[in-house]
Amino acid sequence: MRPTDTSDPQYYHKVVDCQWGCPAHTDVPGYIRLIAQAKFTDAYMLNRQSNVFPGILGRVCDRPCEPACRRGRLEADGEEEPVAICRLKRVAADNRDEVRHLLKQPDKSGPGRGKKIACVGAGPASLTVANDLLPLGYDITIFEALNVGGGLMRSNIPSFRLPVEVINDEIGMIVERGVTLKCNHPINSMKSLLEDEGFDAVFVGTGAPKGKNLSIPGREEARANIHIGIEWLESVAFDHIEKIGKNVLIIGVGNTAMDCCRTSLRLGADNVKVMARKPRAFFKASAWELDDAEEENVEIIINRSPKAFVLEDGKLVGMTFEEMEYDVDAEGNITDTRVAGDVTYPCDDVILAIGQDNAFPWIERDLGIEFDKWEVPVVDKVSYESTRPGLFFGGDAAFGPLNIIWAVEHGHQAGISIHKYCQGESVSERMPKGMTLESAKMGIHEWSYSNDYDDADRLLVPHVGLKDRFKKLNIEVELGFTAEQAAEEVERCLNCDIQTVFTEKLCIECDACIDVCPVDCLTITTNGDEADLRGRLSAPAINPEEDLLVSDSLPQTGRVMVKDEDLCVHCGLCAERCPTAAWDMQKFTLEKPHAVNEAGAPFQKQEVA
Amino acid sequence: MSFMKKPTVRHPGLPRNDLGLTVRDYEGGMSTLCAGCGHDAITGAIVQAAHELSIPPHGFAKLSGIGCSSKTPAYFLGASHGFNSCHGRMPSVATGANAANRDLHYIGVSGDGDSLSIGFGQFAHAMRRNVNMLYLVENNGVYGLTKGQFSASADIGSTAKKGEENLQPPIDPCQAALTLGASFVARSFSGDKEQLVPLLKAGLQHRGFGMIDIISPCVTFNDHEGSTKSYSYSRQHFHKAISADFVPPSETIKAQYSEGASMPIELHDGSKIILRKVDGAYDPTDKAAAAIYLRERQSAGEITTGLLYINEAQQEMHDLAGSSDTPMNQIPYERLNPGSDMLKKIQSRMR
Repeated sequence: MRPTDTSDPQYYHKVVDCQWGCPAHTDVPGYIRLIAQAKFTDAYMLNRQSNVFPGILGRVCDRPCEPACRRGRLEADGEEEPVAICRLKRVAADNRDEVRHLLKQPDKSGPGRGKKIACVGAGPASLTVANDLLPLGYDITIFEALNVGGGLMRSNIPSFRLPVEVINDEIGMIVERGVTLKCNHPINSMKSLLEDEGFDAVFVGTGAPKGKNLSIPGREEARANIHIGIEWLESVAFDHIEKIGKNVLIIGVGNTAMDCCRTSLRLGADNVKVMARKPRAFFKASAWELDDAEEENVEIIINRSPKAFVLEDGKLVGMTFEEMEYDVDAEGNITDTRVAGDVTYPCDDVILAIGQDNAFPWIERDLGIEFDKWEVPVVDKVSYESTRPGLFFGGDAAFGPLNIIWAVEHGHQAGISIHKYCQGESVSERMPKGMTLESAKMGIHEWSYSNDYDDADRLLVPHVGLKDRFKKLNIEVELGFTAEQAAEEVERCLNCDIQTVFTEKLCIECDACIDVCPVDCLTITTNGDEADLRGRLSAPAINPEEDLLVSDSLPQTGRVMVKDEDLCVHCGLCAERCPTAAWDMQKFTLEKPHAVNEAGAPFQKQEVA
Repeated sequence: MSFMKKPTVRHPGLPRNDLGLTVRDYEGGMSTLCAGCGHDAITGAIVQAAHELSIPPHGFAKLSGIGCSSKTPAYFLGASHGFNSCHGRMPSVATGANAANRDLHYIGVSGDGDSLSIGFGQFAHAMRRNVNMLYLVENNGVYGLTKGQFSASADIGSTAKKGEENLQPPIDPCQAALTLGASFVARSFSGDKEQLVPLLKAGLQHRGFGMIDIISPCVTFNDHEGSTKSYSYSRQHFHKAISADFVPPSETIKAQYSEGASMPIELHDGSKIILRKVDGAYDPTDKAAAAIYLRERQSAGEITTGLLYINEAQQEMHDLAGSSDTPMNQIPYERLNPGSDMLKKIQSRMR
């Protein structure tokens, strides 16, 4: 293999699995170290740079960082679990001081002065666009159909998971800095918005507001007791619905279904079943949301495909399902499907949570905005620009339902595009990602981070007891870690951003690093192609997704140093054992451009410690 | 050295040996030697060899004297038996232990000072008795613990860190071992595990005294220009006379060996060493030829490495002494100690 090009920021970036896995590339190890030092405000602000809503996301993020966490791939006494990254984020939000004075205020003489930007929908994508463009002096107006901002964060996520105060606070941090938020102001015509209102650029962040329907016999007749999940959740959030029948069936097993079943329990249902068409391995809901629902005695029934609604005297009394049987091969793919028979479950209400679609009835089709065959606008994956220059899409409105953290990242990228568009620059020529590397060495065997491996198990976040939590709809179930619990959990982080940096010309091939590495990730051997090298490592390469760090030829024997990045615990023992400092531990900081950086602002320097 | 312990976390794909153990189960405590010490690499090689042989850790006894090398038994086989003796006196303790319990695998770790100066007499007599053990001379040419004075293995002309030259001739442990009766003589280098690990495995399975002289650079006092035991000098003057592949009894020989260039030698437990000749005429079963060859290559300035001499047929200490096959700890107390009446009888016979 050719020597690894570590001057490309992508190489070390990918080593930081959590940060790489986060759509917004939040500096997870960086803020976890700040929490470890009880610098909660700093941790919150570092979070906010990337994900804008740490308090909200610290509760309800889809947390792609956690399945990515290297810790979950290791083995100590048994299998290890990922660091509770999301819960730690909440600790920073819960314990921080006031941060409003730390936010960048609008620069009235900035490059955005005199430019008017419209955002449609006050969800996380639009709010991120506003957050990023405000400091540059842009005049931003957000149009919202409902009487309050927040989008699905407010309407679709139940208050027992995400308190209203948290939403208000974090939206306030953006809006209070000078955004014009026009509530009760649905946009009914894109044409008039684009042509009559004099905006320099328009961003659409209207989400995917249309819940999927289920057209099976009885649907129309029983409509009074059949609800579309996201519409029903919205009605609950705005107090339009306050109760539901005793027996409730939820159709679908995604995260919306989990919110529907748990909300039902709080509105008077005492027998809630979630009906899944396929076996558990195919569930769309996140594992922890399934756990939380099952903790509340929601029954999840697999292999039931909806067939018909059953009515008696014009009223819904049950629902019939086909009992499915599946053949699954060794890879877990379904190879054959059979219907074994029918089964009917009695019920008073049914909630459909089987997905959602985009809907743009308000966009005229003669404005130069191209739509694809699913009636979704064609949006560029880098610039988020539609086929009409100056019109941008983000969040679920761009590529269909994803999650909040993706919407935030779309907002960041659209923010860059809108800035460049307004400045007359190309939206496709964007600033590349950069990085800084700084040695973490403080002295002999002394590092600026906690390098010893803490073999503690993942802490469970405490919950309100099963009796008390149902008393009111808005009792937040998760209590969050206390500062003391957080202090334990932070030590489980491996500090993957403290990189192992190798300088081949210093290496004397004494094998010290290879012998001391606890996870056998280092090898000195003759060079070969990647497949060949992966077959000759000290310990088997079990994860082809993770890169090999390959050095240039070593001075004494011409062999190469190979590091399998997969399981490195960043303990720094290789660097401690190296007599010539050929290995060093260096803090990697990703420089990911946002709109302010495109406009010339320097990247904020992170402390090593 | 490191202040923290090596974490217990491990690679989930680590190979397990016939006993279901991973290489981590053969490790010991954290080394307190200088970072980059050759001795640590030898420790790593012992851990690997012991794991690959599938001998349970408690099937070993590790013994040492005094010196940097003699500290290393603390760093491998944490679950084995061990004895740290006085300076240069490890061979007598090993001899005694072996006499009492012949079932254990004995690893003696010594250095050039411990073996070639203060303990030379003990070293010689353990070989003369052909005690069944693996004896490692971790050879760096200096006294590291006392700040780097020349040892008895330093070459003429080799310089110390501050420049003074060594004028006295070196003792070559391999040539000494050939003369003094060791039945397995090898040399290797801490920086070449590919060569060292098979030699350690063969030495452990050999019945008799296996002596391996391992060049093990001292990074602190003897890894500079002018040293003849540095990493760089060792690599430049390293000469493989013969390569040894170790094949355990349960495995068949898979590699292809060309006729005449390879020589399989069966060890007493059924495992084999396949010797691949690098120098065409070299025969490691011919002691006289080996001795001449070593002297020749030494004059040519080469460090001759590999399995230099082996004699599987040579009798070891227990054969010569006709001692019991059963370890003493398995012989009933009444037989070990027949009592004062028996003692009186024996004494009266001698009057």
